[in-house]
Amino acid sequence: MSELLLHVKGLSCERDDRMLIRDLAFDLHGGEILQIEGPNGSGKTTLIRILCGLSDDYEGELHWRGQPRHRNDDRFRQEHLYFGHLTGIKTSLSPRENLRWILQLKGVGERGPALDTAIETALEKVGLASYEDVPVYALSAGQKRRVALARLQVEPALLWVLDEPFTAIDRKGVAELEALIQQHASRGGSVLLTTHHALDIPGLRKLQLGLGGGQWALN
Amino acid sequence: MFATIKRLYHQFGSPRYFYDMTGKMLPWLIAGAVLLIIPGIVWGLAFAPPDYLQGNSYRIMYIHVPAASLAMGAYVMMAVAGVVVLVWRMKMAEMVARSIAPIGASFAFLCLITGAIWGKPTWGTWWVWDARLTSMLILLFLYIGVMALNMAIENAQSAARATAVLSIVGAVNIPIIKYSVEWWNTLHQPASISMTSSSMATEMLIPLLLCIFGFYFLFAVLLIMATRCEILQREQRSNWVRQLVENN
Amino acid sequence: MGTELNPAAVNPAVVKPPSMAQGFNAMLRRDLVVAFRQRSDLVNPLFFFIMVIALFPLGIGPEPSTLQKIAPGVIWIAALLSTLLSVDSLFRQDFDDGSLELALLSPQPLFVLVLGKIIAHWLVTALPLILVSPVLGVMLYMDADTIQATLCSLLLGTPVLSMISAIGAALTVGLRKGGVLVAIIALPLYVPVLIFGTGAVEAASMSMAFGGQLAILGAFLILALAFAPFAIAAGLRISLNG
Repeated sequence: MSELLLHVKGLSCERDDRMLIRDLAFDLHGGEILQIEGPNGSGKTTLIRILCGLSDDYEGELHWRGQPRHRNDDRFRQEHLYFGHLTGIKTSLSPRENLRWILQLKGVGERGPALDTAIETALEKVGLASYEDVPVYALSAGQKRRVALARLQVEPALLWVLDEPFTAIDRKGVAELEALIQQHASRGGSVLLTTHHALDIPGLRKLQLGLGGGQWALN
Repeated sequence: MFATIKRLYHQFGSPRYFYDMTGKMLPWLIAGAVLLIIPGIVWGLAFAPPDYLQGNSYRIMYIHVPAASLAMGAYVMMAVAGVVVLVWRMKMAEMVARSIAPIGASFAFLCLITGAIWGKPTWGTWWVWDARLTSMLILLFLYIGVMALNMAIENAQSAARATAVLSIVGAVNIPIIKYSVEWWNTLHQPASISMTSSSMATEMLIPLLLCIFGFYFLFAVLLIMATRCEILQREQRSNWVRQLVENN
Repeated sequence: MGTELNPAAVNPAVVKPPSMAQGFNAMLRRDLVVAFRQRSDLVNPLFFFIMVIALFPLGIGPEPSTLQKIAPGVIWIAALLSTLLSVDSLFRQDFDDGSLELALLSPQPLFVLVLGKIIAHWLVTALPLILVSPVLGVMLYMDADTIQATLCSLLLGTPVLSMISAIGAALTVGLRKGGVLVAIIALPLYVPVLIFGTGAVEAASMSMAFGGQLAILGAFLILALAFAPFAIAAGLRISLNG
């Protein structure tokens, strides 16, 4: 078995006096893909926001690579990638500028030409080869989404936390993204994602959240 | 000593314990407030000697000064509760901090009103941009900001944390604001009559001290009552509150 | 091709721990570029500042002695209001497009990124206003010394105003109706800056030394630089948590 990355035990979350998640437990190893499923209001996004560190309204254990996450927070920030409903792409900047900013925040050491070639390759892979320097507001909704997805090509991270990554992309894009997720897992990374898509990925694990917080199932 | 503090902290951190305990304390605090304020006010208004400069008009001091001291003290308390909210994530401190703001604002308002009433015979106008009154006005504005922020955020916990940050920032600024206003005041209005004379006769001072202590008891009573309401509201889904409602 | 930039870099150990300067520069540069692409944000606070000041003589009368007397207060209050107007957009756009979430989750300390953002915001919204203030000073019959004091006091004071209003903006960024609330939160906290800012200008207009007031403004600036970024970062975390 590969390394245990994320360890969750007894995780509960209460919001506005309503139990949203109760006593949740799961482990995520390197190479695993976990899909979080559930009806609207079952706390998928809340769970994602807790797991990636945006929200700290939870009780219970949350470990990253063998240590409580609040204690190796710096490492977790360095090693995960969060892709949310809002993509963090600025429409007045070009795809190149957007990606460069994201990579700089992540502390990617490359500078100048090396960084530029890496970004160009990533944009080419998501089908935006000649759009590197077009302002994002001039792109279509699907293309905007692809700019954000180019992060997955170029941003170094061990754990991908993806909240509804398949929104607004076409069928070909879905297939490419599925392949990318599998590729990431095969290289030892792991992926946590929510989606309503029926995913065609062998070895996919599912975490089923129910309404009312009490019920959840892992298979 | 430290162990006792820790135990008390954990006990009062539980809303249920706080509710039960303060229920028992409340009659004593009310008695304390009555026993201090009534003699203090009667003594101050009827028996203390008139001031040689201001005559009888100074007697409003027996309300003005305690209100001023509480308005300031309550803000500092709110900031301390804010630190507890942010550092230890204590739910009880959230409720206390939320309850303090309107009470402190009321005392600041009372202080401004009594100051205006006092100002009329002393300066001949209802309002003078006196350093103390101006600082108190800005303190009232700070309270208003805290209350506005608290009301604007729907989620009780986020509201408590956001107001905690603001009240701490405010508390850090209070001395700076006070100093600035005093500087500004000496610049623009040299030599105005200070309302409280620096040396006060013992016959005037004792009732004033009674009133100040009495007001602190009154503040404690108000704060506990407001916090108890807050507890019932926040904990309305819990079993003990339901039982409490059924039994009454 | 970068050595380890592809998904081959599943193991991020190869990535250097981020330097604070890198995060600060990235934030500062991005915000400046965005501001220059959306020029209305750049010029609106400036026009507001000019118009408010131009309205005072119309409301009070063109008497030079009156205008001279109220000029310090007018310029400072106009600067304060235009800071307040522009600050609502400081975090709002980043909140709406999600880049605030990315900044919060990045390995960079949030207060460093916040500092970069505020400096960019100050350069874009407050600096132009300071640069035109001499012209407005002439229109309000200020003499050369007074104009110099105005410039210096605005240079030292407006960054403090930006920091204070950023605290308000950070605490209210999660709310749809932020505007007036930020004003109510921030205005009382502006008082010391307003007092010493106008104090410096007034002293200069009476041909007195104004170094003391400027020194106090400088002290406020140091305090704000040292503490405000932490309060702002805490506020942003709370706003994004909810």
